[in-house]
Amino acid sequence: MLILSVSLSFIIQKLILIACIFGGSLGVALYSTWAERKVAAVMQDRRGPNRAGPFGLFQPLADGVKMFMKEEIIPMFSSKFLFILGPCLSMIVALMTSAVVPWGPDMKFRDGSSVPLQVADVNVGILFIFGVLSVGVYGIMLGSWASNNKYSLLSGLRAASQAISYELALGISIIAMVMMTGSLSLREIVDQQTGLNWNVFKQPIAFLIFLVCSFAELNRAPFDLAECESELIGGFHTEYSSMKLGFYLFSEYISMFVTSAIISTLFFGGYHLPGLDSLAPHMPGWAFSLLGVGVLLGKSICFILFFMFIRWTIPRFRYDQLMNLGWKSLIPLALVNMLITGAVILLKSH
Amino acid sequence: MDLYQLAFWILAILTLSFAIGVIMSRNPINSILFLILTFFSISGNYVLMNAQFLAIVNIIVYAGAIMVLFLFVVMLMNLNSDTEPQKNFLIQFAAVISGGALLLILVATLKSTITGLEVSQIDYKQQSNIGLIKELGNTLFTKFVFPFEIASVLFLSAMVGAVVLGKRDQELNVITD
Amino acid sequence: MAYTISNRAKPVDRKPMTFAEKLYLPAIAKGLTITLGHIFKKKATINYPEVQREFSSTFRGLHILNRDEEGRERCTACGLCALSCPAEAITMEAAERTKDEEHLYREEKYAASYEINMLRCIFCGLCEEACPKDAIYLTQTFAPANYDRKGFIYKKEDLLIPQKN
Repeated sequence: MLILSVSLSFIIQKLILIACIFGGSLGVALYSTWAERKVAAVMQDRRGPNRAGPFGLFQPLADGVKMFMKEEIIPMFSSKFLFILGPCLSMIVALMTSAVVPWGPDMKFRDGSSVPLQVADVNVGILFIFGVLSVGVYGIMLGSWASNNKYSLLSGLRAASQAISYELALGISIIAMVMMTGSLSLREIVDQQTGLNWNVFKQPIAFLIFLVCSFAELNRAPFDLAECESELIGGFHTEYSSMKLGFYLFSEYISMFVTSAIISTLFFGGYHLPGLDSLAPHMPGWAFSLLGVGVLLGKSICFILFFMFIRWTIPRFRYDQLMNLGWKSLIPLALVNMLITGAVILLKSH
Repeated sequence: MDLYQLAFWILAILTLSFAIGVIMSRNPINSILFLILTFFSISGNYVLMNAQFLAIVNIIVYAGAIMVLFLFVVMLMNLNSDTEPQKNFLIQFAAVISGGALLLILVATLKSTITGLEVSQIDYKQQSNIGLIKELGNTLFTKFVFPFEIASVLFLSAMVGAVVLGKRDQELNVITD
Repeated sequence: MAYTISNRAKPVDRKPMTFAEKLYLPAIAKGLTITLGHIFKKKATINYPEVQREFSSTFRGLHILNRDEEGRERCTACGLCALSCPAEAITMEAAERTKDEEHLYREEKYAASYEINMLRCIFCGLCEEACPKDAIYLTQTFAPANYDRKGFIYKKEDLLIPQKN
């Protein structure tokens, strides 16, 4: 009964950690919007935002102020409660996944005490991520239904069926990896990947499937069918304005950051880097721990950039192509991968 | 009253009130949302019983996938309270009978399991680890391997059935075209 | 053989995708090399208000009304520019010069008012060509933005070159 055995210092420690993680995620997401515009600009031989502050670095703040100042519109004949609940749910779910990610090695202090840089080391960490992911689609579905708009409703249906289809392949690809690591706890999975012993080299196919499915789960191009502006206007956020729209857009960037962190954790060694451990004796414990956080952040930022490169490179899939890819390619591939992994493990153990 | 009991009481009250919300709300969408909340609080109860795996799987499968499909269908059908069909007396009578029978069974089961046992005597600290994933896997693949496999065959046949139904519809369309 | 407009026309390929194409990955890698290559390309845009592009020598921009060597208005309000204007952007009113206005206007008749509607003007330069007195010219600037339509109707005062002295 780990969850309920609490002391005051434990609660304070976790609260500080949660505040740091929320602040960090929000900050990274804030600057992801700036980076997205810069990446898009650079790829199209443009300059991107460069007016607000040096290199346009204050642009996200300006965007945020703009969002707050806009007129708030709630359509008539829609359920007002659900209309407001939609974006809130998206935001909550986007932030919730970060709870199980181990952000760095334990912070060791001189008096021997240590603070884990992970909000909750639940023994079903990966499944927790799946649980949160599968709930994530409710934000879009409720918002789209409450909008009382045909395009929004269609987009909500698309989002739901897409999420369910790709969750399957995502889950099966992870099963192969879990069979190898023998643990569902993210902390243990990270600690198995010291040096260059990264899971991506052992399970490249699982990594590929996971990556493709996370594009679909994040509703990002080339799988952003839910907000397909050319046929559904804006999809689920057609009727949204002001900060409620901002929440939808922002939650996408937060989940992109958290997903990048999870991919780095599962497949790219999390906070481990070859040669980093040799530095540990030469520096204080807290500094080493922060270094680990930096490594994980660096890896995550690489993935965020990759997500952006893909968005500005590949055109959007058609809906039938999306479903074909999910059901006829990725799921069989994931199943075969799982089967082969199982067979290899069985042969090795005998 | 210690912390476990407090958590249990809060969760139990929440679960029951959400469950009542499911049957009391007129709007089917609200019903489904209450049902999802019920699943979440049931998952909370699982966590309290040290069955994290069951809790998470309950959320993934029921709250995350099946209820999404429910919501999906209800949204497409656009059910309102005024489109609700008139129920005739016979159906209402049958519903009362079957509901009463279910209640009887539930009461009888509860009575046989906790006769003479006060709720305060239920000791949450004395835990079995059956809800943890290792234990559960071992039990499923040793003691209950036969029912487990039967269940998977059942699912497979259900899947095949769904595909057959979908295919036949398509063929019919081709013929009528 | 299907009819083609030129020998460069290619018929649309509707063959089902091969296995290599269905993998998508080679195509994605190819696309990424293209887009990533653009990161190092020269930017096509400039930081506009600080940096301005040069106009071509044949650029036709805002009009000016010219003066002669003594600083007198050249325009005689003959109306040929208005006549030649395909967009009908030019209107004018003529007036007769009095004795004491000889230092202001070169000809006996002059334009009392002269307006060009810059929202109608297509900057074709036909007025410049039609003018027998070399009075109207198109310059190398363009009309700045304005908050209302009135601001785009340029009066004679806006168009005349300022007096040299």
